[in-house]
Amino acid sequence: MDFSLNEVQEMLADSIEKFIANDYDFESRQKYSGSDIGYSNNVWQTFAELGWTSVPFSEEDGGFGGGPVDMMVVMERLGRGLVVEPYLANIVLSGGVLKRAANAAQKAEWLAPMISGELQASLAFVEPQARYDINNVTTTATLDGDRWTLTGSKGYVQNAGNADLLIIPARTSGSQLDAGGITLFGLAADAAGVSIRDYASIDGQRAAEIDLENVSVSADTIIGEIDQGFDVLQATLSEATLAVCAEAVGIMSILTEKTIEYSKSRVQFGVPISSFQALQHRMVEMYTASEQSRSLLMWAAMLAEEGGAGTEQAIHSIKYQIGIAGKRVGEEAVQIHGGMGVTWELDVAHYFKRLTAINLMLGNADWHLDRLATSA
Amino acid sequence: MHVNFSDDELAFRKEVRHFFETEFPQDVLDKQVRAISLSREDVVRWHKAMYTKGWAAPNWPQELGGPGWSSVQKYIFADEQARVDAPLFLPFGVSMVGPMIYSYGSEDQKQRFLPDILEFNTWWCQGYSEPGAGSDLASLTTRADLNGDHYVVNGTKTWTTLGQYADWIFCLVRTNTDVARRQEGISFLLIDMNQTGVTVKPIVLLDGEHEVNEVHFDNVEVPVDNLVGEEGKGWTYGKVLLQHERTGIAGVAGSRYRLLRLKTQAAQSVKGAVPLAKDRNFMRKIAAAEVELKALEYTELRTLASVASGRAPGPESSILKIAGTELQQNIDSLRIEAAAYYALPYVRDQYVEDFSDDERVGAGTETFAALTYFNDRKVTIFGGSNEIQKNIIAKHVLGL
Repeated sequence: MDFSLNEVQEMLADSIEKFIANDYDFESRQKYSGSDIGYSNNVWQTFAELGWTSVPFSEEDGGFGGGPVDMMVVMERLGRGLVVEPYLANIVLSGGVLKRAANAAQKAEWLAPMISGELQASLAFVEPQARYDINNVTTTATLDGDRWTLTGSKGYVQNAGNADLLIIPARTSGSQLDAGGITLFGLAADAAGVSIRDYASIDGQRAAEIDLENVSVSADTIIGEIDQGFDVLQATLSEATLAVCAEAVGIMSILTEKTIEYSKSRVQFGVPISSFQALQHRMVEMYTASEQSRSLLMWAAMLAEEGGAGTEQAIHSIKYQIGIAGKRVGEEAVQIHGGMGVTWELDVAHYFKRLTAINLMLGNADWHLDRLATSA
Repeated sequence: MHVNFSDDELAFRKEVRHFFETEFPQDVLDKQVRAISLSREDVVRWHKAMYTKGWAAPNWPQELGGPGWSSVQKYIFADEQARVDAPLFLPFGVSMVGPMIYSYGSEDQKQRFLPDILEFNTWWCQGYSEPGAGSDLASLTTRADLNGDHYVVNGTKTWTTLGQYADWIFCLVRTNTDVARRQEGISFLLIDMNQTGVTVKPIVLLDGEHEVNEVHFDNVEVPVDNLVGEEGKGWTYGKVLLQHERTGIAGVAGSRYRLLRLKTQAAQSVKGAVPLAKDRNFMRKIAAAEVELKALEYTELRTLASVASGRAPGPESSILKIAGTELQQNIDSLRIEAAAYYALPYVRDQYVEDFSDDERVGAGTETFAALTYFNDRKVTIFGGSNEIQKNIIAKHVLGL
């Protein structure tokens, strides 16, 4: 049993921490978030230069060969930095599909430039009616001669406004809720018939609604096997779920630390508010929620690393935990910061909003608890 | 990062399992499973079985009779112990007064007391709380006045667990009232219960059981030889010892197997009943408890791993008592929900050795669930209430 990071992981952690401490303060983050594209391309190039964009990809694919624990190391630190660059959407989600299912030509065309920082991609795994069920797919792809025609709508597609590549799950057989019959297509974001309505999300990141109207693509845009896209999606979303949980743990820790610091400096009734027992106990509960979440995260990441039985259960468990604990920590941080906690000016509110967004994506607490309850 | 046990650790698990299946008194395990109270003789006998095996004091240094276990081995032992529902060590001798004596006692005290604690020849109980000193322990008023070669002790201790069986009691007493801080002037005294002036009065708890007592001291004479360490240092000693027992206090292993048994029970269908496992609401609560349990397990393992690699337990260890006891109560609550109507019959007399299980009201031990639920309200109160624990974390971990 060993809960420590290895040397390479320590170095990875260090390099991200240093970057955030030196080059990614809250003011910069707000500036990037409010820019036209919603992040900084310069920062993204730095991510690529430092090799962070290569972490979850195998060495054959030109990557770092990292596993779930490495990913945990990265995401936890991006969480602490409240980073808006599209690491999750681009590297974890889109890259996750490509590394699992793309053929050699597709990897050369899409994955290599993704790792080198030249390509942005989006995975459109949400449909407006589907909530968290990725099998609920109404977008259709029909074969017309040797070309496929895609028609339908995708919702909350992270990073789509900046994407060069859109990965679209479409129904090629079966009915609306079938897991079978879903095929993944990789198409250029500027293909004819694609319209993208880009917007900011509550957490200062970007997403879009996508309409596909008779978009015609060639058969070599198919990623993986026809009708077999569901398993690829599911495995990718599991990995992404673990990743956002690590991000959330990073946020919970820093929110707890910031709240403790603030309570020591804020004076009311002639004393620091940290001397009030009502607040002390609430901060102890924040600390507890945060550390218990970290423990579960380590369990899930280590299980996933070994590919052990029960990895799925572990991921349901940690996402449920993050939902409950993250809500509590976020709300309490705002409450204890008082009036300052509800201002746009202070970073606390923005961490809280990111935690809220994480809870609402990739299955909320209730959804994951339900999977645990019915599989037990 | 990995969570695998080493080959040696796996072999150790086998050895512990074998011990509980063969050398440990099987009739005691049977009583545990059937929820029958253990007699004084049962408790002495199973502790002696641990002594014979060399496992009577997992935390003691090897030269004093400890088994020399690593923190991971202790974890494995606790897990196997809980797996067969074996009783937990009575803490008063081996975990509380024993370490106090070997850390701060005289050579003479070590020789007089430690072997009997290890072998369970003497039954110890704890004299800390008083009617007027609960969470605010430093306000204790039991006095020990020096008179030649002995102290004269007067006062009342309370919540004395199993004091009705005890031979000796260790007490925090006030030896000096003229002090700047109340924590000063408190001393640690060992008192023989079998003497004039010591009276033990039962306190019946809400489950109807006589588990705790009030112990009165009326001019009880205690030789100065029974003072442990220096006079007036009792409070400091007590605090140091509390840190010894940070892990294990959460009862994680016990909760793990109680939850597992509850799940097994929920999946069963007796007499054509719809299994409770079909009730989505109930199963969601079970699933949530399992997540809490897993978080707690890994918080404890993090602590163990940190101790195993030679570091002090990390600050995360401080949350174990709170989270562990809250989980215990949560599981108790789920058990009475599972028992439904059959949590209600209060038929304590059917949980005795010669009562046939077939004649019991309710299936298995389900009518015992409410008694456990009521009894376990104590776990968030004793050992420093959970509110006190939060004060401690706020001060010492968060620096508030």
